[in-house]
Amino acid sequence: MELLHDINLYLPGTIIAIAGLVVMMLSAFNADHKTVYWTSILFTAVALVRSFADLFVTQTEVFHNMAAVGGIASFGTFIILTGTLFTLLLCYDYFEKVGNYHSEVYAIILFATVGMVVLATATNLVTVFLGLETMSIALYVLAGVVKSDKRGIEAALKYFLLGAFSTGFFLYGIALLYGAAGSTSLADIGAVTEKGLIYWAGVSLLLTGFFFKVSAVPFHMWTPDVYQGSATPITGYMATAAKSAGFISLILILSRALDTSVEQWSEVFKVIAVLTMVFGNIIALVQTNVKRMLAYSSIAHAGYILVGLAAGTPEGYTAVQFYLFAYTLMNIGAFGVIAYYERYKGADLTELDNYAGLGFEKPLMAVVLSIFLFSLAGIPPLLGFAGKYLVFAAAVQADMILLAVIGVLTSAAAAFYYLRVMVYLFMKPAVKDIKLAPVGGIYTSVIVILALLTVVLGVMPWTIADILATF
Amino acid sequence: MLSLTWFLGLSAILFTIGTIGVLTRKNAIVIFMSVELMLNAVNLTLVSFSSFMGDIHGQILVFFSLCVAAAEAAVGLAIIIAIFRNNHTVDITKIKLLRW
Repeated sequence: MELLHDINLYLPGTIIAIAGLVVMMLSAFNADHKTVYWTSILFTAVALVRSFADLFVTQTEVFHNMAAVGGIASFGTFIILTGTLFTLLLCYDYFEKVGNYHSEVYAIILFATVGMVVLATATNLVTVFLGLETMSIALYVLAGVVKSDKRGIEAALKYFLLGAFSTGFFLYGIALLYGAAGSTSLADIGAVTEKGLIYWAGVSLLLTGFFFKVSAVPFHMWTPDVYQGSATPITGYMATAAKSAGFISLILILSRALDTSVEQWSEVFKVIAVLTMVFGNIIALVQTNVKRMLAYSSIAHAGYILVGLAAGTPEGYTAVQFYLFAYTLMNIGAFGVIAYYERYKGADLTELDNYAGLGFEKPLMAVVLSIFLFSLAGIPPLLGFAGKYLVFAAAVQADMILLAVIGVLTSAAAAFYYLRVMVYLFMKPAVKDIKLAPVGGIYTSVIVILALLTVVLGVMPWTIADILATF
Repeated sequence: MLSLTWFLGLSAILFTIGTIGVLTRKNAIVIFMSVELMLNAVNLTLVSFSSFMGDIHGQILVFFSLCVAAAEAAVGLAIIIAIFRNNHTVDITKIKLLRW
């Protein structure tokens, strides 16, 4: 009975797991694209509603303290499922157009989501490892899902080799921490008092593994290649849901297991955050491919998030959660519009030159893309601004003024490359005669809803901040 | 009986060999083998900790890590085959469509 009770508490993850199996069976019986599409969306929407309800329950642990429910864990689940739902909604039009659609895509997306949910709720290093690997292995497949695309397969190979490499470090970290604490539970590791070589080696290897997964400099080498080569909606999914899952798990580990060593790891996080922000933004300035530019921008955003973590305070963790939610909404939207522009066959429309004059071809899409890019640049009153404000405010409160100053300066520099896209869209004359394909109704409405959320929640950030304040 | 340090030392050496292999080799399959070596070195650490502490959890974790390694191998080899079909090579220095 206790098991059933726990499953009920852990319902969002359970629903997605069942959805993955159902969709896999549907593809085995050759269900058409529409059936598979709507089934996965229905399940995800139900799980999303349930995870929203979970935000208001008392925090507890399930499955013999292997996973947490409520609080940060549930908000992580909520972010991940939001990202998954919007990605799934965008997938239909995109894969119809690519003409290389396999129904398994939806099943694999759902399995990756199960991994993310497990990762974001894990309170034991065993579940952290299982969640991370379920997510990663599914993402390796997703990166190369369009088999005819040489770049997609290359992205999959690079992602796989570097991902498996980082798994080695991650697992070694777990093993050493297990040796130091005598247990894999985060609470037991937090209670370690004798911190010898094994403990510190374990902590550093574990954090290295995480830095790989969230693409922090100097462990970011795979990010641009993988993001550029993957199918565009999938890139949006990796950049938002997968990254959020990694960061939420990092918050749980830092706040529960490594709370006693906060002085030491905070220094490391400061250095990594500065490197990530500076490097990500500078390289993004010189990119000519929009997808690659957004990949470097996503590295830079990981840097801003690391600033919030470096603060090591509850305010910092709250700010990071808000930032992840904001980033998920605006980035999926931005990748959605780019996926739409890609639909012209024969030209590689992700090159920035091809965007010249496109703004007047389909004004709605161009305006919406501008909203997302303004928000990513952190211009008020959009959602991205509220996120950046909270993160940097947390750093200032923790007396890390220099870190906050570097963050603000680099994000000012970042405005250049976001605005450049808009200059191409609206101010340059069209060089090629590019006719954009008509947009599906669902596709348009999803993108417009995302843009509306970016604006409305940006004007009223307290709607989310109030929920986060109760954790 | 040997002390715990010997086992930890051996697994650290194996892990280092694996890491060096990943960083220096060019053939995707050899890189993948080096990754497997790293994972198995970790398994050795887990088992020896588990045995010396008289705690079963470490050995259970080894089962999980074996399963994950197997799943990773299945996906990884499939990706390497797809690469070979496209490029007729698995030398990672010759697979460079994506670069900045």
